Amino acid sequence: MSLEEREARQPVLLLTPAITAVALLLVVPLGFILVYSFWLRTATGADQAGFFLDNWREALFDPFYRDILLNTLKIAAVTTIVCALTGYPAAYFIARSRGNKALLLLLLMLPFWISYIIRTMSWINILGASGAVNSGLMALGLISEPLPMLYNEATVVLGLVHFLLPFMVLNVFVSLDGIDATLEDAACSLGATRWRSFLEVTLPLSLPGLAAGGLLCFVLAAGTYITPIVLGGPSDAMFANLVFEAIITQLDWPMGSALSLMLLAVLGALVLLYNHFLGMAQLMKGLS
Amino acid sequence: MDNTKRYERLRERYMNGGIDRRSFLGLIGAAGLAYGVQTPFARHALAATEQVRFDGWGGVVSEAFRKHAFDPYTKASGIKVVDGTFGGGDEFLSRVKASQPGEYNIAHLSGVFDYARYHGLGLSSTLNEKNIPNLANVIPKLVDVFRKVTDGSLSCVPYDYGTTGLAYNRKYISDDEMKEKGVKILLDERFKGKIAGWSDWRTRIWYASLQTGQDPNGATDMDAIWDALRAHRDLLLKYWSSGAELMSLLAEEEIYVTEAWSGRVHALQQQGHDIGYMDPPNGFGWQECLFVIKGSPMEPCEELLNFMLAKETSIAVAEGQSYPPALDPNKVELGKIIPTLPAFDPTGTLDGLTFADPAYWNGNEQKWSKAFSRIQKGY
Repeated sequence: MSLEEREARQPVLLLTPAITAVALLLVVPLGFILVYSFWLRTATGADQAGFFLDNWREALFDPFYRDILLNTLKIAAVTTIVCALTGYPAAYFIARSRGNKALLLLLLMLPFWISYIIRTMSWINILGASGAVNSGLMALGLISEPLPMLYNEATVVLGLVHFLLPFMVLNVFVSLDGIDATLEDAACSLGATRWRSFLEVTLPLSLPGLAAGGLLCFVLAAGTYITPIVLGGPSDAMFANLVFEAIITQLDWPMGSALSLMLLAVLGALVLLYNHFLGMAQLMKGLS
Repeated sequence: MDNTKRYERLRERYMNGGIDRRSFLGLIGAAGLAYGVQTPFARHALAATEQVRFDGWGGVVSEAFRKHAFDPYTKASGIKVVDGTFGGGDEFLSRVKASQPGEYNIAHLSGVFDYARYHGLGLSSTLNEKNIPNLANVIPKLVDVFRKVTDGSLSCVPYDYGTTGLAYNRKYISDDEMKEKGVKILLDERFKGKIAGWSDWRTRIWYASLQTGQDPNGATDMDAIWDALRAHRDLLLKYWSSGAELMSLLAEEEIYVTEAWSGRVHALQQQGHDIGYMDPPNGFGWQECLFVIKGSPMEPCEELLNFMLAKETSIAVAEGQSYPPALDPNKVELGKIIPTLPAFDPTGTLDGLTFADPAYWNGNEQKWSKAFSRIQKGY
């Protein structure tokens, strides 16, 4: 075999394990889910194979699913905005700090060492009726009875921000770290204030990182179901909760399959939009 | 006869001239091939009978099972019991449906309706009752209802029973107020934001039936039930989804009143919490069983069930999990603590408890679970 032939075969050989893994672990299961979505659940809980459009008709045209989907997108959007507003200053501080970046990044990653469910449940001990905040306020005599702070949409957003903030900070940090700090100095030397130089130079250059972090936060927030279960009230369900209920509680795997594909399609469309306008390169940079 | 003995006999025949050299070597080769092929699979098969998987409700219930049943059983038999947990029968059924035969073995199921659903999905097994002599000590009424579902045979042994009644914080709600209001207290505006409810659709519809004055096993006005469910939802802090969450909500005073599992409330009372418990008329009675899933190693499972039904084990587990055992008090002396547990029936007839009718609940399961899911989310 010639050198050229061997070089031509190299990419194929190197990519084969990854492509095989993606095919077996993603494409094939997705195929199963797609097939399942056209089946029906019988009264006993068993599945009836066939080609039925009932699940898709219900998922697409029933206002119940549409409303929960819109509410899910709203919660994901609010979470993303809060992550952006709180994550950007933190990322800026880390990127511009001298000498202790590694330590700060390590601190940022520390929460990942604790289970996501435990981190979410920790808010019960902080915001609960006998939690740290209420106990503190009552000990100070500021309130006479506990404030109801848990089990509402705000605590769902709080739990999601707690979970997703590091993703935002890391993406923005990667972007800011790649910007030459002397550009701000150059803007200042031309008469711009520090704030102006940030708005005119740093912020626009860091927008791809912010967008990548935003996309990650949005997609992960929209797909969550644990946080609404633990921290949400009766009407704070998100779309993934419907998938969970259809599959686990109602044993309706065909309907659950249709719903999960619907969520996948909506989030997939968002990723495609992102790719069209900003490209995936920044996202990969943030993840690496 | 073991393989060494077989080899020695074959070799003796060869040495005595009973078979020629070629046949001897051929047989040795065939034996080696057979051994090589079967050994990897045999190892898995042997490992499978060295352990039994048991799935239950977690929390204090699992602790009681582990301490009083599984650990002593492993010590006595050498068979390891791997215990897992689930939040509800529906969730576990979904897991079993997605599993391979033999992956899950014994489940602590609640209610005859669950037993019927598992049987309907082809997940039931047939127990050899000769291997479970302690089954003779179980309350006959508890056994008979299961036999009816599986045409006389059993895929489970009854293990305990209890009720889902009303739990309330005595600091905020008196016993007299509870007696006066009964199930309607769950719709009392005064406790808005301090009421909770189990997210289980059956329990919700059962209590809504009582709140609307209907037979919980034969409601006729479903619109009234949906309205009661909506009224309850609007007063709710949250729907709890596990026994641990129920105990936490009551203990932390996040809520003042909810329907609750009798044993969990008893456990809270034992911990010193001033939580009252009341079974309203026609409150939700249930019996739990140890269900052996199709494809399980039957003999070790039957051995474990028999061990768990032994008087000493059964009483120790019952005291640990705070639910009365399925043992018949007319046949077995249950000691001093069991008669103090909530829902305990000293007659062994269980006539005072109302159980869910499996045909009624399973017949409406598909429609009602979906309808409740919508109401739960604000619709």
